[in-house]
Amino acid sequence: MNYSIEAENLNLWYGDFQALIDVNVKIPHGQITSLIGPSGCGKSTLLRCFNRVNERYGNVTTKGKIEVLGKNIYDADVSLPELRKAVGMVFQRPNPLPISVYENVLFGLRIHSPMRSMTRTESDQIVEESLTSVFLWQDLKDRLKTRATSLQLEQQQKLCIARLLPLKPKIILMDEPCSALDAKGTRAVEELMEVLAGTYTFIIVTHNMAQARRVSKECIFMFLGELIEHRETQVLFTDPKHEKTSDYVQMRYG
Amino acid sequence: MNILRKKSTANLPFSETVIELFIRLCGFSCIIFVFGIFFFVFREGAGFLFNGLDIGQFLTSPEWYPTSLNNKRYGTFALILGTFSVTALAMCMAVPFGLGAAIFVSEFCSPKLRETFKIVIELLAAIPSVVWGFIGLTLMNQLIIQVFNAPIGLTMLNGSIMLALMSVPIIVSIAEDALKAVPDSYREAAEALGATRWQVVYRVLLPAAKNGLLAAVLLGAARSIGETMAVLMATGHSVNIPSGPLSWIRTLTATIAAELGEVARGDEHYQVLFIIGILLFTITFVVNLIADLVIKGIRQE
Repeated sequence: MNYSIEAENLNLWYGDFQALIDVNVKIPHGQITSLIGPSGCGKSTLLRCFNRVNERYGNVTTKGKIEVLGKNIYDADVSLPELRKAVGMVFQRPNPLPISVYENVLFGLRIHSPMRSMTRTESDQIVEESLTSVFLWQDLKDRLKTRATSLQLEQQQKLCIARLLPLKPKIILMDEPCSALDAKGTRAVEELMEVLAGTYTFIIVTHNMAQARRVSKECIFMFLGELIEHRETQVLFTDPKHEKTSDYVQMRYG
Repeated sequence: MNILRKKSTANLPFSETVIELFIRLCGFSCIIFVFGIFFFVFREGAGFLFNGLDIGQFLTSPEWYPTSLNNKRYGTFALILGTFSVTALAMCMAVPFGLGAAIFVSEFCSPKLRETFKIVIELLAAIPSVVWGFIGLTLMNQLIIQVFNAPIGLTMLNGSIMLALMSVPIIVSIAEDALKAVPDSYREAAEALGATRWQVVYRVLLPAAKNGLLAAVLLGAARSIGETMAVLMATGHSVNIPSGPLSWIRTLTATIAAELGEVARGDEHYQVLFIIGILLFTITFVVNLIADLVIKGIRQE
């Protein structure tokens, strides 16, 4: 079995508050893994460790080891831009940048390559490919110059996925990607994940247990900073080992 | 159906009516004050403006001899050039420093340092202009004489350094607000794509905040154009078409300040000074109008 991410004895503090307690997890390659648990259980925090984006908030202390694609991301020689190039992230609220659709798709490439290294034909082609793979090309091919922030939310979220693709990431982290979308938008994003799952490793944090059941192959249940159970999704929902897990999946709390 | 009835002032309690009236008055008073100032300045200068003053000569002649006994000449060209050149030079220094400082304070420094910076910047903004003039007259004067080996240090360069120091705090605080107003989700999005902090600044924040940054620069420029005391003391106050940063100049504002106290009320010279006031008013009006149009133009894009 090939693992994209392996975390060992991961502990994390926000100031004095310990948000992750001794988390050990192995995330398999090329499939969708979901992270569930009640609010404040640390699932978003764990997700945000994988590309170290939670270090933006000053007072974070992390101990332990996370290997992404075989490399410990807390080693001193790790370059954050390179890590984030390999591990893309989609946020809860769609957050396209306030520039055109076209430039949003190319943003990642532009910051990772020297100035003017792309020809117009190349960049046109990249934009078309990326938007096609998220099923936006038909809708947006005549509106590439519009500001991305003026699109519908569903289109914005798909665009946020599309702009990761030109960087050819290995892993895509999704932090409740559908919570701002309606049922139709949710369905569209889920279908998109299923189509892309073979190529990329997806990790999705969700509050929606039906969604976890629908899309993910493996499922991780977290509670108060601890990883309680990590099993195949169908097994976790039908035959949970832990009492806390069964309480949660049967919606006794959360 | 009482709650659905159309709202009218008759139904409001008395106190509510009074408060609304008061707030309305406050709002309209801005307009009244601006028009009032314009009216009185215009009234003082109007007589000579329409009857006797050669406007072409007023705007294009560099000869400013308002107290000559037999040949009074009122040419403000040198003064206009003085105002614009000293402002332009000041902006060349203040804009990079001001925007740079704003970017540093808002994006790069620690929260603790940021508080210190803000206090210091506010302190800088609170220094009276006559104190800046005093610094220009003594300290900067000596410095320019020594560094440039100039005969005298009271020059355009001196005045514009003072103006730059005065407009930097304005530029910093408004530009910092503009940067702070950019939603954090944009920074997060860019960082999660692997952007470095500097890439976040020039690829995301500067485009997103350009309206506010432009407003900061224009307000800084407006401060420079309107400034009187510091330029009066630091630029040499001598009517002269500037030939370089080390030439002495005189500005429109300094002329009014220096001469208005010594003219007879209602005199031609007195009226010309008010016409200079109208000219300054027009310049600031045009600057503001351009700013508005530019900002609207950006918005429609």
